[in-house]
Amino acid sequence: MQRVGVFVCWCGSNIAGTVDVQAVSEALKNEPGVVFSTNYQYMCSQAGQNMIIDAVKEHNLTGIVVCSCSPRMHEATFRKTAAAAGLNPYMVEIANIREQCSWVHKDMMTGTEKAIILGKAAVAKVNLNTPLTPGESPVTKRALVIGGGIAGIQTALDIADAGFEVDIVEKKPTIGGKMAQLDKTFPTLDCAACILTPKMVDVAQNEKIRIFSYSEVTDVKGFVGNFDVTIKKNARFVKEDICTGCGACVEKCPMKKVPNEFNLGMDNRSAIYIPFAQAVPKVATIDPNACNMLKNGKCGLCAKVCAAGAIDYTQKDEYIEEKYGAIVVATGFNPISMEKFDEFAYNQSKDVITSLEFERLTNAAGPTAGKLLRPSDHEHPHTIVFVQCVGSRCDSCAEKGKEYCSKICCMYTAKHAMLTRDKYPDTEVYVFYIDVRTPGKNFDEFYRRAVEEYGVKYVKGMVGKVTPEGKKLKVQASDLIANKQLHIDADLVVLAAAIEPDQTARPLATMLTASMDTNDFFTEAHPKLRPVESPTAGVFLSGACQGPKDIPETVSQAGAAASKVIGLLAKDKLTGNPCVASSNELMCNGCSSCERVCPYGAITYVDKEFRMPDRTTKVRRVASVNPAVCQGCGCCTVACPSGAMDLRGFANNQIMAEVDAICK
Amino acid sequence: MHKTYLQEEIIRMSGVNPSKCMRCGKCSASCPAYDEMEYHPHQFVNMVESGDIEPLLKSESLYKCLSCFACIERCPRGVEPAKLVEAVRLTAIRKQGANHMTANDVPALLDDEMPQQAIVSAFRKYSK
Repeated sequence: MQRVGVFVCWCGSNIAGTVDVQAVSEALKNEPGVVFSTNYQYMCSQAGQNMIIDAVKEHNLTGIVVCSCSPRMHEATFRKTAAAAGLNPYMVEIANIREQCSWVHKDMMTGTEKAIILGKAAVAKVNLNTPLTPGESPVTKRALVIGGGIAGIQTALDIADAGFEVDIVEKKPTIGGKMAQLDKTFPTLDCAACILTPKMVDVAQNEKIRIFSYSEVTDVKGFVGNFDVTIKKNARFVKEDICTGCGACVEKCPMKKVPNEFNLGMDNRSAIYIPFAQAVPKVATIDPNACNMLKNGKCGLCAKVCAAGAIDYTQKDEYIEEKYGAIVVATGFNPISMEKFDEFAYNQSKDVITSLEFERLTNAAGPTAGKLLRPSDHEHPHTIVFVQCVGSRCDSCAEKGKEYCSKICCMYTAKHAMLTRDKYPDTEVYVFYIDVRTPGKNFDEFYRRAVEEYGVKYVKGMVGKVTPEGKKLKVQASDLIANKQLHIDADLVVLAAAIEPDQTARPLATMLTASMDTNDFFTEAHPKLRPVESPTAGVFLSGACQGPKDIPETVSQAGAAASKVIGLLAKDKLTGNPCVASSNELMCNGCSSCERVCPYGAITYVDKEFRMPDRTTKVRRVASVNPAVCQGCGCCTVACPSGAMDLRGFANNQIMAEVDAICK
Repeated sequence: MHKTYLQEEIIRMSGVNPSKCMRCGKCSASCPAYDEMEYHPHQFVNMVESGDIEPLLKSESLYKCLSCFACIERCPRGVEPAKLVEAVRLTAIRKQGANHMTANDVPALLDDEMPQQAIVSAFRKYSK
């Protein structure tokens, strides 16, 4: 029989205001096993903890029940207190009489009655508690970063800076991501390439960082500290270690009519290509869908002109298996498709473009060498209409668009409008907005400057219809302040398209067993207090894969994710959670139910020899739980038809004892 | 906020929840009859939401709406302003106790230039 001590906390007036704490401690004195019961103003204070330690020694307590706040708050505190008193920390049970009692009841009688019942349940459970010892697992001191945009780059640099090896897997031929496609960055207007490319070079030169470009993650096994990852290196038909990036092949390639994805299809590239001048790694890649040599064996010019002999038409996809201790997801975002937004005539006119396309149109390395020209006739546009919130902030049942605010559009539109007015004072620039959302350091000042100093015409209202007519785009819009409908003859219409997570995010989340929200953004472990950790241990989040973010926010989150990874990799061993499932092999019938429901892949089946009553041996298939992977969710204990699965610390008999105590 | 009987009737009849509106004005930006209307689509939504319905009942705007449903099609929040206009219109018609026109009266008033959609809309407006 246990010797149980009960400690009822007032939590100031939080609990004592609605629960008669004296009555609770008195009532619980008579429960089986209870040898000591008291109450105190703040059990979590140093004085309160000392009270527990003293009572353990004085009354030889073997179990502790604390009636206080949610175990999420102070279970860890009281476990440490128990350990300090010489008890096993898992001999502590918390009865939540604050969140589940005083905060939800108004009446003292009801609150007190329920507090006593919850206390009784905790006493019944602690009577069946057994000391538990957490297991340990080793840590592979290397990290994997999935995605090579600014988020992935910053995370990798910060982890490498702490002395750990990092691999970046990037699906495109170069790292750099969306930021490499931008022209200028708000609110300081420094050129994106000027601040990004030094970081890309840092990555390339860092001895601790390896880049797997044109590659993807195809399989993830294992658990925190011990992930086994398969990386598929797509065949680029160029030997990466030999190619010097001289570009002779690109120049000579006769197949020059391939839409250039880096410029969003606004110009063409050759079949063998280097995405942009500062690409890292600066290695050519052959597009197998465009190359004549690969399609029908007729050409081979690039191999002839390559002085280094780097071209290899026989290259195959390669699968590499690597071990990592931590995985950082940095898969980023894309603008949504404008196909469904017929009212803006995106499909009808080349002069209706998205904001990302506008970035390329104003970039010196873009299709117009930085001159703002209409894509249709290469003429200088005079009247430009920017439309905000295209596909953002839509109703959940709308067929097109997203429910959330894409967050970055207000600022980049202000930037586009300001830069246009600055460079081309002969232009008239309209911005149609629903709300201008500019929270951020120097952000609102930036937007006001666009209006006050650069004369951008901000109109509170929305564009309803764009009709191409001759060389003009007829824009019909509302001005809600003037209470007028406007008709503008525009030369160029720029749509601030909503952003969405990259398409690779969902299959990756499945591989990682990391959770996502309904919009396919990765979910963080806690929206405020653990924003860069996935609920899946060892998986961390960096950048826009977790939610819409601008560059300053992405970089800070990338650094935060890196610091979490470093904290994990700095450990030699990881202490697990001892409250894990285990199977009673004698009862297990090998049905695989538990294996199927386990969300973490912690259960495998092994063939084991058992001695039968007649002294013969028999091999049976039984479940085996890997305690390092098990998160203690309890799915398997419910699924098991023979009752062989049990959860340590939350055993079936403990739960039943709690239920009995409540119903008594 | 307490809703008036009239306001609740119109909301119930139309099935529209005007508080879903985020005041973007895309309805009024899409409206082909905008310049004909005293109260514009976004004002309809706002006035029903705030219970200011009497002026709408008296307004000619009720009969200027073409029922083209462009506002319904384009509203990003799924508010459906044209349904509100129709509900207010029905309230006005029912209030006066009688139809002003029967379906049989309509053909005589048609001319060749009238768009098909306006005819369909007229039947809906007047033949209740």
